[in-house]
Amino acid sequence: MEKVTLLIMLFDLLLGLGLLWLAWQLLESRNLFKAVVLFVAFGLLMALAWVRLDAPDVALAEAAIGAGLTGALLMAALAKLPSRDKSEPLADEKGHWLLRLALLLVAAGLGYVVHSLPESAPGLSAEIANNLASSGVNNPVTAVLLNFRGYDTLLELMVLMLALLGVWSLGIERSTREEPVGPVLTTLVQFLTPLLILVAAYLLWAGADAPGGAFQAGAVLAAAMVLLLLAGWPLQGLLTGVALRLMLVAGPATFVALAGLTLLDAQLLAYPPQHAGKLILLLEVAATLSIAVTLAALFLGYRPRTNKEPG
Amino acid sequence: MSASDYLSVALLITGAVFFLAGTVGLLRFPDLYTRLHALTKADNVGLGLMIAGLALQAESWAVVGKLLLIWGLVLLAGAGVAHLIASGALKQGVRPWKK
Repeated sequence: MEKVTLLIMLFDLLLGLGLLWLAWQLLESRNLFKAVVLFVAFGLLMALAWVRLDAPDVALAEAAIGAGLTGALLMAALAKLPSRDKSEPLADEKGHWLLRLALLLVAAGLGYVVHSLPESAPGLSAEIANNLASSGVNNPVTAVLLNFRGYDTLLELMVLMLALLGVWSLGIERSTREEPVGPVLTTLVQFLTPLLILVAAYLLWAGADAPGGAFQAGAVLAAAMVLLLLAGWPLQGLLTGVALRLMLVAGPATFVALAGLTLLDAQLLAYPPQHAGKLILLLEVAATLSIAVTLAALFLGYRPRTNKEPG
Repeated sequence: MSASDYLSVALLITGAVFFLAGTVGLLRFPDLYTRLHALTKADNVGLGLMIAGLALQAESWAVVGKLLLIWGLVLLAGAGVAHLIASGALKQGVRPWKK
């Protein structure tokens, strides 16, 4: 067994060094396209690091959102930049030494904090394990995210919606040049879309007992929508106006309604244990829809016009 | 070690050789099109051999199915994306390498 553990240690070491090297390269890169590609590679290695840390839930979210969708968002933003901006230096060189000094101070402070952590922190895992039975689900991560600390997830959904509002307030629909989509991309999307929908449904359902849940399922569903948009399906024409807004607010609204009801009854987001499982499933379904549509709308980058508005 | 273990090792090593060759090709080949060629060889055949090697060690048929599904998805994505990159480059006027 000794040899195997040595190999695993070597792998972990390479993984850690690879992450640091990629982070350095992507921050130093003057070429934005290269930086985005390196960022996606960083996200994939990061997902692997989370797997090594025994956190498959975070690994799934990192791979789907951190590497996949954020990468697509960055690429979409890059495509919207006028081409001269891409070759210009990113920051003015004069402020650089000050920035580096500040970063060094932050790094030193973080190092001190990590160093002064107690050797063995008790943590909350025992508490969570004791109360898991009343949470309505069997996966402790889902129990924390949607029951014990549900308001964190509620606020996360709000942040996502605020981000979209920000994009919509900036974005004007541009006349996109329609390029013909080849048969290869069309076939690829036809194969992948049903599969992605199936995977999203599985992740949503599995979230109660195993790694998965609304954010992962929503990201996978959003990936299907991004693919459809890239392949020239007029999703932005099909889903507009009230229908789009209803899907965007479904998650946050269900959450807020439930928060209000539980607040009247007992305490904020404290579900009665006998209904907790059903309530969490309801929340997850609504949140998955909203997350998927919000992420796809962020990728689109502008508010789709309704039929009544002049084109 | 049983016979299937030896076969697994042989398949995994052959797969690793394909990945190594693909990586060398990606770094050393002269233009985008030949590099894509090297890269997709590694992804398709190298991963296929690795999947075959791992499938021999799988505990159940369900795991074998999942492994094959991963290979199928990588094949689909690799072939599709390589085509998209190559046709995009051709449209932008990137000329294939000539000796």
